[in-house]
Amino acid sequence: MTEIETQKTIGTSVPESRTDDERPLLEIKDLKVGFKTQTGMVTAVDGVNLTLYRGQSLAIVGESGSGKSTTAHAIINLLPGSGEITGGQILLDGQDLTKATKHEMESIRGRKVGFVPQDPMSNLNPVWSIGFQVEEAIRANGIASERKAVKARAIEVLKEAGLQDADRRLKQFPHQFSGGMRQRVLIGMGLAANPQLLIADEPTSALDVTVQRVILDHLESLTRELGTTLLFITHDLGLAAERAEQLVVMYKGRVVESGPSLQILQNPQHPYTQRLVAAAPSLASRRIQATGSIKAAEDSMGEDAASAAGEAIDLIATAEARAEALEAAAAQPPAIVVEDLTKVYKIRGTGDFTAVDSVSFQIAKGTTTALVGESGSGKSTVAKMLLKLEDSTSGRILVGGADLANVRGQELFALRSRMQPVFQDPYGSLNPLRNIGNTIGEPLMTHKVGTKASRRERVFELLDQVSLPRTLVGRYPNELSGGQRQRIAIARALALKPEIVVLDEAVSALDVLVQAQILRLLADLQAELGLTYLFITHDLAVVRVIADNVCVMQKGRIVEAATTDEVFENPQQQYTKDLLAAIPGANIPLGV
Amino acid sequence: MAGYILRRLLQAIPVLLGTTFLIYFMVFAMPGDPVVALFGDKTPPPQVLEAVRERYNLDKPFIVQYLLFLGGIFRGDFGVSFSGEPVSDILARTFPVTLQLAAIATVFLAVGGILVGLISGLRKGGIFDASALVVSLILISLPIFVVAFTAQYIFGVQLGWFRTTVGSGAPIQDLILPAMVLATGSFAQIVRLTRASVIETDGQDFVRTAASKGLSRRRIVPVHILRNSLIPVVTYIAVDFGVLMVGATVTEGIFNVPGVGRTLYQAIIRGEGPTVVSFVTVMVLIYLIVNLLVDLLYAVLDPRIRYVK
Repeated sequence: MTEIETQKTIGTSVPESRTDDERPLLEIKDLKVGFKTQTGMVTAVDGVNLTLYRGQSLAIVGESGSGKSTTAHAIINLLPGSGEITGGQILLDGQDLTKATKHEMESIRGRKVGFVPQDPMSNLNPVWSIGFQVEEAIRANGIASERKAVKARAIEVLKEAGLQDADRRLKQFPHQFSGGMRQRVLIGMGLAANPQLLIADEPTSALDVTVQRVILDHLESLTRELGTTLLFITHDLGLAAERAEQLVVMYKGRVVESGPSLQILQNPQHPYTQRLVAAAPSLASRRIQATGSIKAAEDSMGEDAASAAGEAIDLIATAEARAEALEAAAAQPPAIVVEDLTKVYKIRGTGDFTAVDSVSFQIAKGTTTALVGESGSGKSTVAKMLLKLEDSTSGRILVGGADLANVRGQELFALRSRMQPVFQDPYGSLNPLRNIGNTIGEPLMTHKVGTKASRRERVFELLDQVSLPRTLVGRYPNELSGGQRQRIAIARALALKPEIVVLDEAVSALDVLVQAQILRLLADLQAELGLTYLFITHDLAVVRVIADNVCVMQKGRIVEAATTDEVFENPQQQYTKDLLAAIPGANIPLGV
Repeated sequence: MAGYILRRLLQAIPVLLGTTFLIYFMVFAMPGDPVVALFGDKTPPPQVLEAVRERYNLDKPFIVQYLLFLGGIFRGDFGVSFSGEPVSDILARTFPVTLQLAAIATVFLAVGGILVGLISGLRKGGIFDASALVVSLILISLPIFVVAFTAQYIFGVQLGWFRTTVGSGAPIQDLILPAMVLATGSFAQIVRLTRASVIETDGQDFVRTAASKGLSRRRIVPVHILRNSLIPVVTYIAVDFGVLMVGATVTEGIFNVPGVGRTLYQAIIRGEGPTVVSFVTVMVLIYLIVNLLVDLLYAVLDPRIRYVK
């Protein structure tokens, strides 16, 4: 990839192999969707075209706000509240869905077009049993009407979706199911009436990678068996490329590029796609060699966001350059020592639950150790104990040589200033009623650092460090984007000049491009301030670009601990291998 | 489940002891001598006063009075009112009337309030919604006696649909107007609460998923929106039962309903400790039972709630 085309590729390329007489199952022509707001119509989807043939699979990829989900919802006419289709056509098997009546639409949903929603936690009604919710889908679509037949079909549907003990679990309620199980139920419901088209809107983004893989594998084989046409919506380019034959890349309501998945991944034409390919952390693990060439892309991009492609490359360069610094750090006494750390929770009725089971690791000063594992593996509990937000049951934590167990009162207060957290949710971790200046300055106030003027100066300095304009001081969190908010959270964590920063899923909620920017910021700050990071994440892909050492946790234990390169090149444990294999798109050759 | 109910009933014992003690103390501490007040302008001979005091245990210290009263209750003896009638007789006469009144009011505010709130919430921003909001705001702002007198005048005097007063032995349909007056404030609250709850539920992901399964709106509204929306509303109705009993005192006074409210009011004015405390005890007991029933209903509505032990 040496030449960069800057021309915008709008519209889809229809695969030439198709015969002319075959009508596409779904054809979207110049679709426009707007949302009514107080200041007028805001366009969310602006002239989208796409064509999907029977039996094909197509993925729409884009970051949040790109209009990908809105396009999906427009197809089944379930736009939220004030949204409406303002132009274009959606042809399903030749029928224009934008002109369908309410009644016609009801018979299309479920029967012709199945839908698998994003979040398994919120998409099942908590007050009805699983069986009830599957059965009503079967009844509504006229698959069966007699009670026994409906129940039999419900069990069949759930078994197909991978719920082996379906007959036993029909009477259970959603809260008694795990996230992965709920997603299976939702997939079962979406396929209950054997629709021709299945729309899967980020079907696994709320799940652990290994669960994600199992679910997607299952969805793939199931749709292939049934001959269902699949429309994927995802923010994850790697996942999209791995699971769909065709890709449509959306940006700000428009299609910027479309075509066969591999072709787009290996030879992205549009600058935005190039940035996306370069920044996708799921692809980063196979992208170590990539240098420079993408840099040119950023000059041709007149976009508002900083060029993340270039940043991501720099990040890797930075990481490599730090290899020698690491050796020097290893000679010093470690910043954090964790020995035999155990946490047991007493649970009423069922006895004890060991969340963390004799965990030991060390973090050298100025380095990053990633704690990786699926939800429930105990990684966040370790972080809480390190921050002394939770007491340990047994074992020791030494921070700068001092045993945390003996630290109380004033000493603990002082210790807190040396160790700061950044949490996952940039929306939940900032007080909406405090302006940015007060938010960043709060730790300074709490620890009574300096005068009012010097604190204000420090806030400005911190804003500079996290590359945000000083003018944000008087603004409020709701006026900022997710990435900006996370920068604020990082600035707040740095306010007291800590030595250690605990990052608990700090980039998990961010779009890939923003994620790349934040990761780079973290790496820069580490080099500049000599920070020690404990980086907690479920996402192995991110680990590759940020961590020096990795500890893989499973069921409260560390099953593998080594340098990042060792873990990626030569994983020892089957569990680690599974985790690595589950990274979507990891096996796609990029050809760059 | 049975264990949970038993535990809740046991919890009622300290609550009842506490309330009776407080009420008894407050009546005891009221200024003025109830026995002297009983004779109005007349000055009875001291022996008579003494006899009355002794009969009602008013000559004994407070704590003894209270314990004697409490002992009586355990034997099923609620004491005797100043008019010489056993309090248990008064309870038996007045409570059915008030319970009827409260039941009609509750049915009206629950059925009507939820229905109006549901339609309002589903047609958010429409004319029906806007009118319902304005009317409910007016109803919330008006004190109950204003509503009572206005309703009495319009529906009773001007239109002649209802009788203006109820009186003893009146047929049950005479209670409809007082019950509706009693329900107004809570009705308006229920409308607003249901509306807000319906709007919130309608925006939930699972409602969209239900539609994506091919369900018609006619099925989604009762099955997926209404049931989920009722959970907070049901809790409110239980809490509101207390407000209803307070309102009954005023409403029964205005419509001359021979129920608990009117009798209690008169007993308070006369400083009749045993009568007041007996009435309040029964009211507290009913309130506790209603709340227990609602908590059980809550578990029926929301399967995530399970009462253990």
